[in-house]
Amino acid sequence: MSEITQTSKPGRPLKDSINGALRRVPPWTLYMVGAAWGGWLFYLAATGGLGVEPIEALEHRYGEIALQLLVAGLAVTPIRQRVGINLMPFRRAIGVLTFAFVLAHFLVWAVLDVQRVSAMWADILERPYVTIGMAGFLALIPLGLTSNNWSVRKLGAASWRKLHKLAYPAAVLGALHYVWLAKGFQIEPLVYLFAVLGLLALRIRRPAARVAR
Amino acid sequence: MAHRYKPDLTWDDVTPKEIYLNRRQIMMGSGALLGAGLLGTQARAAEDAWDLTPNTFEEITSYNNFYEFGTGKDDPARHAGQMTTTPWSIEIDGMVDNPGTYSFEQIMEGMTVEERIYRLRCVERWSMVVPWNGFELADLLNRVGVQDGARYVAFETLARPEEMPGLRVPVIEWPYREGLRLDEAMHPLTIMATGIYGEPMPNQNGAPIRLVVPWKYGYKSIKSIVRITLTDEQPVTAWNTYSAQEYGFYSNVNPNRPHPRWSQAEERRIGGGLFSARMPTLMFNGYEEEVASLYDGMDLLEFH
Repeated sequence: MSEITQTSKPGRPLKDSINGALRRVPPWTLYMVGAAWGGWLFYLAATGGLGVEPIEALEHRYGEIALQLLVAGLAVTPIRQRVGINLMPFRRAIGVLTFAFVLAHFLVWAVLDVQRVSAMWADILERPYVTIGMAGFLALIPLGLTSNNWSVRKLGAASWRKLHKLAYPAAVLGALHYVWLAKGFQIEPLVYLFAVLGLLALRIRRPAARVAR
Repeated sequence: MAHRYKPDLTWDDVTPKEIYLNRRQIMMGSGALLGAGLLGTQARAAEDAWDLTPNTFEEITSYNNFYEFGTGKDDPARHAGQMTTTPWSIEIDGMVDNPGTYSFEQIMEGMTVEERIYRLRCVERWSMVVPWNGFELADLLNRVGVQDGARYVAFETLARPEEMPGLRVPVIEWPYREGLRLDEAMHPLTIMATGIYGEPMPNQNGAPIRLVVPWKYGYKSIKSIVRITLTDEQPVTAWNTYSAQEYGFYSNVNPNRPHPRWSQAEERRIGGGLFSARMPTLMFNGYEEEVASLYDGMDLLEFH
């Protein structure tokens, strides 16, 4: 945790107190919040709380949360480097929750929405927005499976980090997936796309700032 | 010329208002229990694509596409209340004998309002059954006098930025425009709807007066109409202008012609809950017998 102070200028009590407060929040609380959130949405969908078309509503909500978490995960490093606020302890939880919500989004699509394996295949092969969404999901599977200390040790830190760069293409694919399915010109999907591209651009411009963990 | 179409179900088959409101209360009550969604599924287990049991008033008025009020399905129900619908008038112009601005009341004079229970199939693959109240568009067109040579009817929706927050975003080109070939417009199934379940048309459904063309994708059934123009040229329409490949001028419901981004072979009837099954989409949305002859000899994949 020594890099916390890496970019700090002298005398920023607000930043320091934020970091102090963050240190007192155990990362597992994020898993609790995420699980409760996903479960609550499912409960709402099953009981009429998401409107009269709950399948579409639940599918979209899970997908949208996954995109928000992808953006949040990509923001952790730039925020630490540029703002000095350290969210590193939460990054794994953000990543695992991203995968969980993408999985939930996929399952609602497969089981409740499309309902048939043949129709799923047809969609994946013939509909580009489904194809890229599926590609993004596949890219996240190895990340979900290796988000634990045992895998980091087994793979070694360097190759683990390399593997987890798959989050970058996954985020771009996820955002494009949303842009592509929108009907007419809509702003919200573009906001996600620009957020993802912007956060990735910050990494390209500062290759030297990449600090070893 | 009213009553040219006899639906499979009559008004007697419509759930009376007290019962559908009551049913809604039962559903909301049971909503407190996990698994209430399953109740809905069971209630509709016997449903098939031909089923004409109308959706509830709640369903029809809470899940809408009316992009002038936002692109969310619940945006119209939340924002359309601000739309002023009285007074209302429609400008009828172009190749007609009696052009002019007609007030809503003038238009309704002498029109026979009927109940028509129609399937509504959205291009987004969901569907409803709606008990409309309305009159045949042909009756209105005959009254204003269609001139020889007119071949199409163009329609325009109200575009009033101060009452329609969705107009701030150029989702498509405003004002919303639609059009029909004259024979489609004169067809007995084509109505100008002014109500649902015997109630005046709710704002989110296109108050006070809208088109309903049940064999075409929902976006052809243009809402809150302020202008009708008879013309000899195929009118420019909103979604066709946005993407001609995705949204053809005809836009007849056709399970064999996929939207470029998704299949149109199936649809989901609104109201089945979280475990609702998909059902096959029917050619011309189930109105093949009535309308197929309008398109004799036409390649419906090319002229989609």
